[in-house]
Amino acid sequence: MTNATGNAPQTSTAGAPAQPSGRPARRQRQFRELGVLLAVVALITATWLHNPGFLSSQGVRDLFLGATVLAVLAVGQALVLITKNVDLSVGSVMGLSAFGTGLLFVTFPGLPVPAAVLAGVGIGLVCGLVNGLLVTTVQVPALVVTLGTLYAYRGLNHWWADGGQVNAHDMPAAFLLLGRVSVLGVPLPAAVAIAVVAAVGFYLARYRSGRELYAIGSNADAARLSGIPATRRVMLAFAANGALAGLAGVLFAARYGTVDSTVGTGMELQVVAAAVVGGVAIAGGVGTVYGAALGAVLLTTITAALPIWRIDQFWHQAVVGALILAAIGLDRLLALRTARKLRGGGARGA
Amino acid sequence: MPVAPERTVTATAPDRVGDPEPGPNRRSGAVRLRSLLSGRETPVVSALLVALLGAVLFVDMFATARNVDFLLLSVAAIALMALPMTLIVITGEIDLSVASTLALSSATLGVLWESGVPIETALWICLGVGALLGAFNGFLVTVCGLPSLAVTIGTMALYRGLAYVLLGDRAVASYPSAWVGGAREHFLGLPGLPWIAVAVLVLAVLFGVLLHATAVGRSLFDIGNNDEAARFTGVSVRWTKFWLFTLSGTVASAAGVFWTLQYGTSRADTAFGLELQVVAAVLLGGVSIFGGVGSVLGVMSGVLLLGVIRNALQLFGIGSEVLQVVTGLILIASVVTPNLVARLRAARAPRPSPPPAPVSASTKGEES
Repeated sequence: MTNATGNAPQTSTAGAPAQPSGRPARRQRQFRELGVLLAVVALITATWLHNPGFLSSQGVRDLFLGATVLAVLAVGQALVLITKNVDLSVGSVMGLSAFGTGLLFVTFPGLPVPAAVLAGVGIGLVCGLVNGLLVTTVQVPALVVTLGTLYAYRGLNHWWADGGQVNAHDMPAAFLLLGRVSVLGVPLPAAVAIAVVAAVGFYLARYRSGRELYAIGSNADAARLSGIPATRRVMLAFAANGALAGLAGVLFAARYGTVDSTVGTGMELQVVAAAVVGGVAIAGGVGTVYGAALGAVLLTTITAALPIWRIDQFWHQAVVGALILAAIGLDRLLALRTARKLRGGGARGA
Repeated sequence: MPVAPERTVTATAPDRVGDPEPGPNRRSGAVRLRSLLSGRETPVVSALLVALLGAVLFVDMFATARNVDFLLLSVAAIALMALPMTLIVITGEIDLSVASTLALSSATLGVLWESGVPIETALWICLGVGALLGAFNGFLVTVCGLPSLAVTIGTMALYRGLAYVLLGDRAVASYPSAWVGGAREHFLGLPGLPWIAVAVLVLAVLFGVLLHATAVGRSLFDIGNNDEAARFTGVSVRWTKFWLFTLSGTVASAAGVFWTLQYGTSRADTAFGLELQVVAAVLLGGVSIFGGVGSVLGVMSGVLLLGVIRNALQLFGIGSEVLQVVTGLILIASVVTPNLVARLRAARAPRPSPPPAPVSASTKGEES
């Protein structure tokens, strides 16, 4: 079933194993993720040269931590986008999980930290399963369904929170430490995010059910006819995305310590933006989680770099918007070039 | 068995209209009625009537002139943006940048007014800016061939960002009181009828006529159903979509001007997140996200339904958070119900002629 070879998981962006059909497309993707990576590196280097304080140990920690939550969310969103769906409810799910985790500590003061973490992820998982169930049974675009659950989950959170908030002193020190402690110089949340990216990337590239997500996104009917259990796979993508949003909520709570019902508001579009900038196509079937995570890192690095360049923070969103447009424009250009190439060498094809 | 072909949702619309009135003798009348009302808006129109009746009967202050005034003012901006959005979604596209266009237009008005441009001139410049923003969306979608969902997520951030660049976190609130008061003034002095409601009504009628009674309107449905086929029948799909996006930008900036004058301030975070409410109202109004189905009447009912529910809840002292749950559940129910009904029908009557029922695999094969 699973053709997991002995290779190290760090085969990075080239992830996909020999895939006979889409060679030009694959080179194009590789270039795409490399491009985002170069942009991140160039941005960090230039900013560091401009002001070495940017890469002080504290600066690096901030960079890592800033990207963590968005990267975890973007990885989940990439899973869903690849199946040609979208999940607009992630911001609400993350908020629900963050608040739920915080509230658990208030309700059960002696609660062990792992239990709370599991509960937070569980809340996300349940929300994701509901999304997946609705999307697969209703046969209506996920955009509509998850727009509905975006409101429903957010409202649920407001109703649950009832205007209150959970503060740092309500949470045990061990939990808050999760957001601060470092492993080999890498803050723990960032290490968790890196592990998530590596694991999901490995799964998508090497496992049959992971590859099948691409098939579903490229042509759901064809995938179904060739025996892929599309409904189950799409459910899986939504459930995984929900669980990751739950994890992001836990990380958020651990890092900031203060949680109210507005956590994650408007986050959904930032997450989709990160995935799109990282080369995951909204039209489905294309992209990797490495790209999505890199997109998240790029967006948060820009946020961190702007003040150092003495650029008004207010430019941030305009830059993000321009970046999204550039990314989808670039994708379009590359697709056109591939198409032209295929047509040029098409004597054997048709 | 679980593979109900996706098209069934849209396909049920004509059937449903056929059911209640089986008179073939008045065919031309029925056809005209069908072209005017696709049948998908019947649930939302009835829901609106029920909600209105319930609110009038059971909510104390609802039927007062002051409250109706407030209700109409509060839905005006959403209603404005929903009109062009209806046409765009019918052609199978989407515009998520409307709320950001509203904010940027409001910010532009603020900056122009501050720098001494007379307000009459500033208003027209704002509309022009809105048209340009919409045209930029249209350009990216039609000329560059990019998916409108991705494009307008990008321009949503871009336009909102430009609003921040213009205003930062300041607010411009020095508008002349005559103009600010004017936005809340009553039409012909009638209490409970702000002029903006009349303006929206006139626009809605115009949009309704355009969509349901002109060749251009019919071509929008054709584009949504099958743009390839629409192209072969001589419709300029690209230009149509381009003008729709331009129209959407212009109307959104008009909503921005109204918003600014109603509240008397320009802020960059104005109407944050409102685009999703507009989309929700449009979908609730029976417009299919697949394109090809929808009506202005349904969408206006959807906008009003959400407004009435929110207003009634507020009068009951229930917070807006409950409205979010209600909005979400209504939206989900509105897409789940037709599907369930279609399935129940298919399960109850497996014999009759309509193709979809028994062998799903083979019908799918023929389809593609």
